Amino acid sequence: MGKTSDIARARRLYRTVLTIRRAEEALAVLLAEGLIPGFIHLSIGQEAVAAGVMDALTPVDTVTSTHRGHGHAIAKGMGLDAFFAELLGRDSGACRGRGGSMHVADISRGMLGANGIVAAGMPIALGSALAHQILGRDAVAVAIFGDGAMAEGLLHECLNLARLWNLPVLFVCENNGWGEFLPTDRQIVFSLDKLAAAHGIAHVAVDGNDVAAVASKAAEVVAGVRKGGGPAILECHTTRVGGHYEGDPQRGRDPADRAANAARDPLIRARAALTEPDAAKIEAEVTAEIAAAVAFARAAPPPKWEDAAASVYTI
Amino acid sequence: MTELRYNHAVNRAMADAMAADPTVVLFGEDVAGAGGVYGATRGLRDKFGADRVRDTPISEAAIVGMAVGAALSGLKPIVEISFIDFMTFAMDAVVNQAAKMRTMFGAQCSVPMVLRTQHGGGAGSGPQHSQCLEAWFAHVPGLKVVCPADPASAYGLLRAAIVDPDPVIVIEHKALYATRVPEPDSLPILPIGKAAVLRPGRDLTIVSYGAALRAVSDAAATLAKEGIETEILDLRSIQPWDEAAVLASLARTHRLMIVHEAVEAFGVGAEIAARMADIGFDELDAPILRVGAPFMPSPVAKALERRYMPNADNILAAARRLLA
Repeated sequence: MGKTSDIARARRLYRTVLTIRRAEEALAVLLAEGLIPGFIHLSIGQEAVAAGVMDALTPVDTVTSTHRGHGHAIAKGMGLDAFFAELLGRDSGACRGRGGSMHVADISRGMLGANGIVAAGMPIALGSALAHQILGRDAVAVAIFGDGAMAEGLLHECLNLARLWNLPVLFVCENNGWGEFLPTDRQIVFSLDKLAAAHGIAHVAVDGNDVAAVASKAAEVVAGVRKGGGPAILECHTTRVGGHYEGDPQRGRDPADRAANAARDPLIRARAALTEPDAAKIEAEVTAEIAAAVAFARAAPPPKWEDAAASVYTI
Repeated sequence: MTELRYNHAVNRAMADAMAADPTVVLFGEDVAGAGGVYGATRGLRDKFGADRVRDTPISEAAIVGMAVGAALSGLKPIVEISFIDFMTFAMDAVVNQAAKMRTMFGAQCSVPMVLRTQHGGGAGSGPQHSQCLEAWFAHVPGLKVVCPADPASAYGLLRAAIVDPDPVIVIEHKALYATRVPEPDSLPILPIGKAAVLRPGRDLTIVSYGAALRAVSDAAATLAKEGIETEILDLRSIQPWDEAAVLASLARTHRLMIVHEAVEAFGVGAEIAARMADIGFDELDAPILRVGAPFMPSPVAKALERRYMPNADNILAAARRLLA
């Protein structure tokens, strides 16, 4: 890779990480204002996984995500207007205000949905990979899951089937050390590399807070999957800076853990790859984009009952 | 005379659909090599290849979830779940994913998948292989549910389910696979949501579906000997169900009974009775009656299972109450 493309990639990755960070910071404000229905799960501290993995994908590649899926949707190409309008439950939202935070989806861009059910996205990615395989598409499917989903039996079913049918699917584990309110080491007795080995699936681990490293590893692994090498697992060790949901008082969380997370901030590390003027220019642009999208969403109309009620069936 | 067997009709529906549309694929436990537990998928792998007709491991949650993803990405998957009892493992994919996506994603997509399965007792298969769980699925907005009672319906409803853009649960009955009729002149695709009048009558209406219709027909034959004419409606489709046809029949006979093999409490019959008590109230000359299984798990022992399943005697007793 030449120097120019290195710089272009560093700019691109920083822009995505920053966009996700600023978008979620804006969501926290909108939530506090009472403008967001329900509750939201922020991915602050984990943005490099979304940015790095999606950088390795093409628009026809497909992704299934988790309940903490804002970053995945944005990085896969969902427009910010559609994103914010969806989070505010407006008719102009990506899902016309019917999905909200936990169900952001943009099928035309291969974003097959965040998901309110832990592990549920994994078999959906498998099915998408099956369609790519049978229809002869040059495409891969990516199943993103958290370490909490390692306790779901569905993970084993999916790893087994993916290997058995040699499906073009990449499993991306966002290992942030927490499953809801409980540290992972109090839930899980095995490691993902050993589970992968038991299924004959390649396992690659990466510092999930180093966006350049995630992007490089993801590009490598995705290339193998794309060539027909079968499924692979990319485990990204990352940090959930906030609680399980926005507003979670995080009782029982060691303050030292939070301080350690701050030291690994993926945003600061992504910025370090850029010159000051470069970073400042991107920051100004992203700030303006977020402000415009938030203004768009605030002004967007609510969904119409008739449209929603008529959408249960196609015919 | 050539005959059409129920399981052959199911097979032919899939073969015709796969020949007509290269995006239709079939997978499930033992559907390719073994041809299905009830022989409904026999020969399809040879016809359409191992890419489109696949045996899966025993992983119901994964294979039904996979059907959802395949449907979102351009395929029309048919999944066979060999017993409806095994759907419990797949409920997330059906209820939280397939059923919701069209609404939840703002109609960006539909989920064109078919789950073929079978329900019902009579074979001594016991509490985990005999249940009739269709009401569970009918209760979930976004799903369609059909229960074909004869070979022509098995063909016509399955073809309709495969071309339908939304998720459809096709529930066959294990006791019907070997039933046969003279080969029909034509096998049309049957619209989902339409009932059929199997026998016209003026004195009472019995609404039923699936294998329970056999007991209903037996009871109607007995009543006919006494000069009582029963109108029998085969619902065919449970969700959506043909409210207009039931109401029209009630308006002719003014007496209504619903018969199904599923547990009576909180079942399909309860929904139909409640709707007709509302929109058909002026037509009723008697209370609406239901005949279904008692509120207990399906037994294994023949003597118990015989008593557990709705039969002509139960139906006759209810008919006499209705006509009293």
